[in-house]
Formats: sequence, C-alpha cells, structure tokens
Amino acid sequence: MRAGDRLPPLRIPVTRTLIVAGALASRDFQDVHHDPELARRKGAPDIFMNILTTNGLVGRYVTDHFGPAAVLRKVAIRLGAPNHPGDTMLLTGTVEEVAGDTAVVRVVGANGLGTHVTGTVTVTLPEAGA
Amino acid sequence: MREEQVGDELGARLKEYEGCPAAVAGTGKDPVNAPMIRHWCEALGDTNPAYTGPDAIAPPTMLQTWTMGGLSGHRGRTGAYQELLGLLDAAGCTAVVATDCEQEYLRPLRPGDEVTFDTVIEEVSGRRTTRLGTGYFVTTRTDVRVAGEPVATHRFRILKYAPVPRAPLPRRPRPVVNRDNAGFWRGVAEHRLLIQRCTACGTPRHPWLPGCNACGSPDWDTVEASGEGTVHSYVVLHHPPFPAFDPPYAVGLIELAEGVRMVSNVVGVPYDEVRIGLPVRLEFQRCDEELTVPVFRAVRR
Repeated sequence: MRAGDRLPPLRIPVTRTLIVAGALASRDFQDVHHDPELARRKGAPDIFMNILTTNGLVGRYVTDHFGPAAVLRKVAIRLGAPNHPGDTMLLTGTVEEVAGDTAVVRVVGANGLGTHVTGTVTVTLPEAGA
Repeated sequence: MREEQVGDELGARLKEYEGCPAAVAGTGKDPVNAPMIRHWCEALGDTNPAYTGPDAIAPPTMLQTWTMGGLSGHRGRTGAYQELLGLLDAAGCTAVVATDCEQEYLRPLRPGDEVTFDTVIEEVSGRRTTRLGTGYFVTTRTDVRVAGEPVATHRFRILKYAPVPRAPLPRRPRPVVNRDNAGFWRGVAEHRLLIQRCTACGTPRHPWLPGCNACGSPDWDTVEASGEGTVHSYVVLHHPPFPAFDPPYAVGLIELAEGVRMVSNVVGVPYDEVRIGLPVRLEFQRCDEELTVPVFRAVRR
C-alpha cells in the first residue's frame, strides 16, 4: 500500500430499492427518501439517497478493498449531486497518505449528474504494520 | 454559495444558538443489535464478515443509525434546537438536506452496547443561496458514549432551505470523437488518461494526432498518465454564461508529469485561488450517463 495507489472502481446501481432500503435501515424516515410526490414538492425531481446510505457505501468500498481486518477510523464525506433512482454511481478511490499501518483514502462517487460524494476515509490495516 | 449578510436579521438571530446544546443525555432507542446490523448490510450489499458471527461489530459507518429518532421522534432534544428549527420553518426554510458527515470512531460498537449522546449546535451559517434554494447551514457535533466512555464523534451539517423548483442545467456539450482521438475517449471511459507516444522517437504528445510533430512518424503507442500535474496557465470564465456551465470557473492549462499539457477544469479550489504552479491531480467527472471528462483537483499541501 503506497500513496498514489488506486482502488478498483465500484459501480453501484442506484435503484429505488437501494434508496428506500438504505433509508429505512438507517432509520431515516424523511419523506424525500421514499415518497416521490413529496420529494417533487420540495424541488427534487424524484426521491434521492440519504447521506447515511452514502456514508455506508463509502465505508463498504474501502473495507471491500482492504478486507475484514481493516478498521475504519474516520469517514468524512460531502454530498453534491443527488443519487436519484435509475442512475449509477461509480466509486473511485486513491490512497493519499500512508503513515505506518494507517492510510487516508480519498473517495469520489460520480453519478450521471456530476459528483455525488467526495470524502476521505482513514483506515488502519493491523497486518500491514505488523 | 455566497454569503448574503446584508439585512440577514434571521441569520443574526440564528447565530445566537451557536454553542447551545441540541441534545443532552440522549439515549439510543435500541441497543446496538444484530438484526439492525443485518438489515443495514443487506440494504447496502455489504458482505464484510466482520459484521456477522459471535464477534460481530456494527459497521462503523452505521453510527448515526443508533441515535436516530425515527418515526417516534427524538429523545433528549433541547428546547434550543427545537426553537432554531422552528425559526427556520417559520421563515419558509421547511426543507432539509444533509450535506456533510464527519465521523471518527474510537472503538467499534458491538451488539449489546447501549449508546448515549450529547449534541451541540456548533455553527449556523449566514443566509446562503444554493441550487436547491436559499437557506442556512446548521452544523452539529455529537459525542457518542457507551457506559460513559467516548466511542465516537459525529459532525453533521444540514441545509435547511426554502425549496424552489428549478429547471435542470442543459447537458454539457459532447466532445468531437473521431478516428484520431477515439482511443483517448475510450481511455477516459475507463478512468485512464492516455497520452500518445511516438514509437520512433519516444516523444509524448497531446492532444491526439495521427503523426509525430517531432519526427513525423505515424507510429505510436500510449502511456497512462500518472495523474500528477501542475497548473501551467489558466483563465477564469465569468461571462458570458454558457449552457451547462456555472460561471465563474477556472479553466487550466495543465502540465502533466509526463511533459504534455492539456486544457481542463481545475476543481476543488475556489476559482480565484487557482495559481500558476498549483499542484493538481487527475480525477474523472461524470457529467451524465454518456459523458465523463478528465478534470484536475487542487492538491492541498
């Protein structure tokens, strides 16, 4: 693991099921995450993914790559273009810094509207430092 | 987004809530538990074995789930926070969207852990106009504990705004793809920036051309750009606005580490902070279902 290493991209089909299941699994009952009509009244064209689901997908992307021994230390994300049903999000990641057994990975999730999420994930790999 | 502080009386009132607690001694509605972890993993397609079995931990990114109020409402929310939200609702800022989430995990949560939390209103922005509408950003910080021991911190930013319907931006113009440059765009679709290289004299070139400017040879192969570069020169476009673009924005002439230059957007830095020599790194921006373009993000030093 070295700074500059790129993680293989992960393609996430943004289905209506994923948006609704993610919202309910995170106990987020805001109407914009499950009710298209109410979402439209709030200026959105359709329901959109909640931030907790995005946060979970960013974490999953990093632990999928580094394996079950990887320990997430920090996840910091900022949302941009929303994830609406029918879109696809492509997660890409680059190792930005490595200090001992800990790496900072920059993650970007792009969808059909632009950049859905940018963030950094700090992850410790117990075996890498041993 | 831009500050519009003139005449922002509401903003001044909202500022007074900075530092006030938003939740005191809040308690999670459920202890950390395997069924909710399983539902989360199923919803997100997360098959990490660390989240199952007798030694299971909860997915760290699930943190906020344990403090959510759900349909039955929040426990431990303060009058100050309700007032703040009420002032915003009364001003027409009835819609909410979350914009930032920063979590630090001190130790994993495990089934059986009973979560308590305290939240403070860290910051309330002045009035801001965004593409969604005009409103205010509210940032809270939550300290999460189990049996009195800190286990995680969680900073969360929402925009509470007055919704306005808006027309979508037109699509970005399509690149002209021809026999000479099709390979370049195939590379971009795979998130690889390919530079042509003359196989006769080794000179790299960009944009793609049928022959070598140095020796005239028609033979070439490609090298993948490392993605490192610097701003060789730039312009800032203010006017006229062009459909699908949102001025002002910086257009840079990027010098790649491999020695060729290309024109691209400089992102991740305010347009007026772009400078000659600024280190940048390649990133791929998906404009819509059919178009991805290479852009360059400023590297913080």
